Amino acid sequence: MASSSTPKYNSNSLESPSSKRTLKDGTNWEHNEEIPRLPGETRVTDKDVIYMCPFNGPVKGRVYITNYRLYLRSVENDPVVVLNVPLGVISRIEKMGGASSRGENSYGLDITCKDMRNLRFALKQEGHSRRDIFEVLTKHAFPQSHNLPFFAFANEEKFSENGWMVYNPMAEYRRQGLPNERWRVTFINEHYGLCDTYPSLLVVPYNATDEDLKKVAAFRSRNRIPVLSWIHPETQAVIMRCSQPLVGMSGKRNKDDERYLDIIREANGQISKLTIYDARPNVNAVANKATGGGYEGEDAYPNAELFFLDIHNIHVMRESLKKLKDIVYPNVEESHWLSSLESTHWLEHIKLVLTGAIQVADKVSSGRSSVVVHCSDGWDRTAQLTSLAMLMLDSYYRTIEGFEVLVQKEWISFGHKFASRIGHGDKNHADADRSPIFLQFIDCVWQMSKQFPTAFEFNEQFLITILDHLYSCRFGTFLYNSEFLREKEKVTEKTLSLWSLINSEKSKYTNPFYTKELNRALYPVASMRHLELWVNYYIRWNPRIRQQQPNPVEQRYMELLALRDDYIRRLEELQITNNSKISNSSSSSTSPSQMMSHVQTHF
Amino acid sequence: EIHIKEPIEKEVNPRLLPGELLLCEASTVYKYIQEDGSNRGTYGKLVCTNFKIAFLDDDSASDDNEPQFKNKIVGENDITLQCVDQIYGVYDEKKKLLTGQLRKYPEKLIIYCKDLRVFHFCLRYTKEEEVKRIVSGIVHHSQTPKLLKRLFLFSYASAAPNNTGKYGRNQTVMFDTLEDWRDELERTKGNVKYKAVTTNEGYRVSEKLPLYFVVPICVSDESILKYEGRGIPIWCWSCHNGAALLKMSAFPKEQDDSASQMQKAFLDGIYKTISKPPYELLKMEDLSSSLPSLQDIQTAYTRFKQLFLIDNSTDFWATDVKWFSLLESTNWLEIIRRVLKKAIEVAECLERQHTNVLLIEESATDLCCVISTLVQVMMDSYSRTKSGFQSLIQKEWVIGGHGFLDRCNHLHKSDKEEAPVFLLLLNCVWQLVQQYPPAFEFTETYLTVLSDSLYVPIFSTFFFNSQHQKDTNMSGENLQTQSGPFRFLTVWDWSVQFDPKAQAFLNNTLYVEKPKPDKSQRKTTRFKHQRQLSLPLTQTKPSTKRGFFREETDHLIKNILGKRIGKFINSSDELPNSFREFYDSWHSKPVDYHGLLLPRIDGPEIKVWAQRYLRWIPEAQLHGGGTIATAAKILDLIEEVQSLQVKMDEEHSQAV
Repeated sequence: MASSSTPKYNSNSLESPSSKRTLKDGTNWEHNEEIPRLPGETRVTDKDVIYMCPFNGPVKGRVYITNYRLYLRSVENDPVVVLNVPLGVISRIEKMGGASSRGENSYGLDITCKDMRNLRFALKQEGHSRRDIFEVLTKHAFPQSHNLPFFAFANEEKFSENGWMVYNPMAEYRRQGLPNERWRVTFINEHYGLCDTYPSLLVVPYNATDEDLKKVAAFRSRNRIPVLSWIHPETQAVIMRCSQPLVGMSGKRNKDDERYLDIIREANGQISKLTIYDARPNVNAVANKATGGGYEGEDAYPNAELFFLDIHNIHVMRESLKKLKDIVYPNVEESHWLSSLESTHWLEHIKLVLTGAIQVADKVSSGRSSVVVHCSDGWDRTAQLTSLAMLMLDSYYRTIEGFEVLVQKEWISFGHKFASRIGHGDKNHADADRSPIFLQFIDCVWQMSKQFPTAFEFNEQFLITILDHLYSCRFGTFLYNSEFLREKEKVTEKTLSLWSLINSEKSKYTNPFYTKELNRALYPVASMRHLELWVNYYIRWNPRIRQQQPNPVEQRYMELLALRDDYIRRLEELQITNNSKISNSSSSSTSPSQMMSHVQTHF
Repeated sequence: EIHIKEPIEKEVNPRLLPGELLLCEASTVYKYIQEDGSNRGTYGKLVCTNFKIAFLDDDSASDDNEPQFKNKIVGENDITLQCVDQIYGVYDEKKKLLTGQLRKYPEKLIIYCKDLRVFHFCLRYTKEEEVKRIVSGIVHHSQTPKLLKRLFLFSYASAAPNNTGKYGRNQTVMFDTLEDWRDELERTKGNVKYKAVTTNEGYRVSEKLPLYFVVPICVSDESILKYEGRGIPIWCWSCHNGAALLKMSAFPKEQDDSASQMQKAFLDGIYKTISKPPYELLKMEDLSSSLPSLQDIQTAYTRFKQLFLIDNSTDFWATDVKWFSLLESTNWLEIIRRVLKKAIEVAECLERQHTNVLLIEESATDLCCVISTLVQVMMDSYSRTKSGFQSLIQKEWVIGGHGFLDRCNHLHKSDKEEAPVFLLLLNCVWQLVQQYPPAFEFTETYLTVLSDSLYVPIFSTFFFNSQHQKDTNMSGENLQTQSGPFRFLTVWDWSVQFDPKAQAFLNNTLYVEKPKPDKSQRKTTRFKHQRQLSLPLTQTKPSTKRGFFREETDHLIKNILGKRIGKFINSSDELPNSFREFYDSWHSKPVDYHGLLLPRIDGPEIKVWAQRYLRWIPEAQLHGGGTIATAAKILDLIEEVQSLQVKMDEEHSQAV
């Protein structure tokens, strides 16, 4: 992290690895005992540089590059300035200044990161020092562009928990009470023959045969047919997800698709219309007809009601985040903060996504009606909407493990194109496929947890850790675009899961205020009055804005919890002592009031 | 379409306080629960007394779900006359502001309250006679000019003389005695260079100044008397390093040249006296030039509050997309930011530059109060306890002579005098409370109910312009029924408004008391020790300026002082760098909740006080969420720990 702070302030940063093994080949590694290294991490090079810290000015230091990270330690500063950046977060590396450039520190490298910061290093203009470091960095930051494996495949960390065991689709559907007399599990996609971006196991209406599914697939973009995501335990109304119908300019119809949607509508015995939520703005849906897509027209689907949710596409979101970075990094826009924030539209997009998800959830819960959600391909906005609606309706997903299942299911297994959206290990920083869709989803979750501080088992650190490893490439969790590709690359065999890290140290990610509530629908207020910029994530590199960590209120609450547990223990001891009639009055027991003053709690 | 139950004919009577008189009433008034187009609501009686406007629900069975947090004096459907902000009548779907005499009576009445509640009453089913009486009654009693003695405060005090004066003085220092000021001087170690004076006994100096106040020891009674206390530095507080925060009421602009010459000479004399050792260097801070004017503040707040007085759901969502720019255009948050920034600048002068700071303002009772209060909240952890904060409000505002009556326009005498100066302070303190919750003994709920109390005229605290005004109106000579002097309630007696259960929400359960000094230590060393504890960030090396003046000869000091004073040091030309440095260096260290506390003032850090401003808007409710959810969890846990403690004590006694 870019700051002059000592490690105890670094809690906003990436995981500090527990492994501090001494390096055996540390010829050039000064103080190598303090340079963190993961098992499987190997050194590549190191060099004296000047780190151009945007907050504290130039910092003289030495940079160490491994196959996993860029690590910098200052040589003169006190406290020591440390940068610990996984190469995976690097989006772009540029040379700044040329051989002729004058002025101090104008010759070096400018590194753009995916996590809302830039790193600038000044180098000496001698030898090939810059060329060497540029090449090394480029090679290891963009392994996919150099035919190298991701670090995840070299990572030899060991964890007490195995995160790959967290999600078992069959178990998850069973938890939802599926299959039942109306919904069945199909293995038609076992070898990804029906749809190569869907998981192998799908839940579909009992009354639709595999043959029907194949016919429907022909009419849905990329064969992403409507399948079940979630079923309401009481109303039996379901959330279905899919891609757009291939209506095209000529307004094509497909009897099988029409009948299939009707089967879905009837599956929970509902008489009213089926609700279809098209996540896109109306005009975009119309425009999609030109490229063969479109939406469910009234004529073809008389038993369905269609609503557009006005959520913009990946390009709009990418530009919005870019604008947001402009006003928060390196300096926070000072004079007109609120209007600047508004002009990025970032929170407005968050609001629209949340509003859409609330509508979906409310329809299923209060409206007792099944819904079908889609956008164009059904892997970006659709994933946001279904997963958020499920988070609102099903308290299981608000636990640590439940949330892992949710991400694993709605995002990873249903083919959110993580590789393309994040650009893992890919040097093409300007790729139009990149977009912060998953970040936006996590932001929505954060907004919900902020509004309902006792409803989620996980804390803010959990969400930040997920985002950090979305980029880091230390785990296989978010690598590749689909289950099909992940299976091909043997990800579960050859890499570790992020959930292994988290579940091995759960207490670190647990919200002490969590109150378990079953079956309570949780609707956030999707109003700008309550939406906030997630300062602890977007502005975390700025030492001036950074908020206290750990949260003092949380910390005091934990102290109280510990006190309570201690009292319960002591009380039990006392009762045992008293019951056995051994009244040893001179025992070493401390009176509770003495203890109270010790914890300085004001009652 | 309206779907409602037939009104039940049932006699419901308002609950009246001692001295409260029913003035007019109307039945079959329909109160909308929410103007969301559904027209849901209840029938009831609308009454107006000399204290409040109240809606009495015909269906009294709805009292089943009593809220956990409830005000004993002002109910959910009660609006004190002083709490009414604006009244609108609706005629044929058109809203019209109601102020004085009415020719035509509206079908609907909308009451906007100063605590941001909005009431919609439908009068279509009410008898015409009753409509006339209630509408003109409400408008007359809440919107037209009033005599001070007609405030409910006086009727209440004369009707309930017994329940007053019970509030223990030891909790909040009232600053109405010489003793209180001397104690404060001693507490802050200001008594070496400053003295409490009795010059104003009988209000000989000025009716605007308190009976007792504190000035530098070298200031004579004659100078105090000369210009009715104007041009005299009045002490607010002393910092641990001896530097003091002072305030001064400036001279008004004189047309007469010789008069202004004399004033200038007088001021120069004063400055010279208080700039000599043992006094520290003096920095002047003319607040009227460096902060927004009262008019700016009033304009900003008027716009700001309008954003929260929402008529219906459609309005709420229509303004939502442009919310941030709407907020910005009010300028209210920017004013909060500027005020906090000024307070940090003053704190920097006191703490790091070790200079006295003299706040100057025409009356020294508006922005002076805001800045001096904030500086003390930031620098003196005692001000962050509940009694310390209350004492501070007494010192700087109530006794300090802030014109609450005029600024709140309680009597509807002049709109020009109205300015939400005290609310501005509470908004600034709230920023600190939400940024550093463990540093305060009180909660944001405390601040919210304190802001509500501004409009509850049973307490004298916020219903006088000065101590003099209160004293001269205490005698009760104008009321035949009253013999002795009135004894008013103070707002600080929270038991008047809240039962113990509700009061728990005012106290921050996470507040960690300042560690008590070791009793075995001797008194003198103990005090020093405590000081150091409370201010760990005190610079060890003295500032260069300070050293310079200490070591040089008197002669040199005089020369330089002359120039410095002539210049009227303006903070703007030299502060930014040292300010930034001070601010950044403080923020780079861990927070000591008992030490100096600086607010974060970057854009994202200045927020809307959601509890106060959003609490009555149905669309903005977080059911089962919000900060109150965690607060309730903490209270539950504390209760559990306490009961365990009791059980353990029982077991212990059994064991013995």
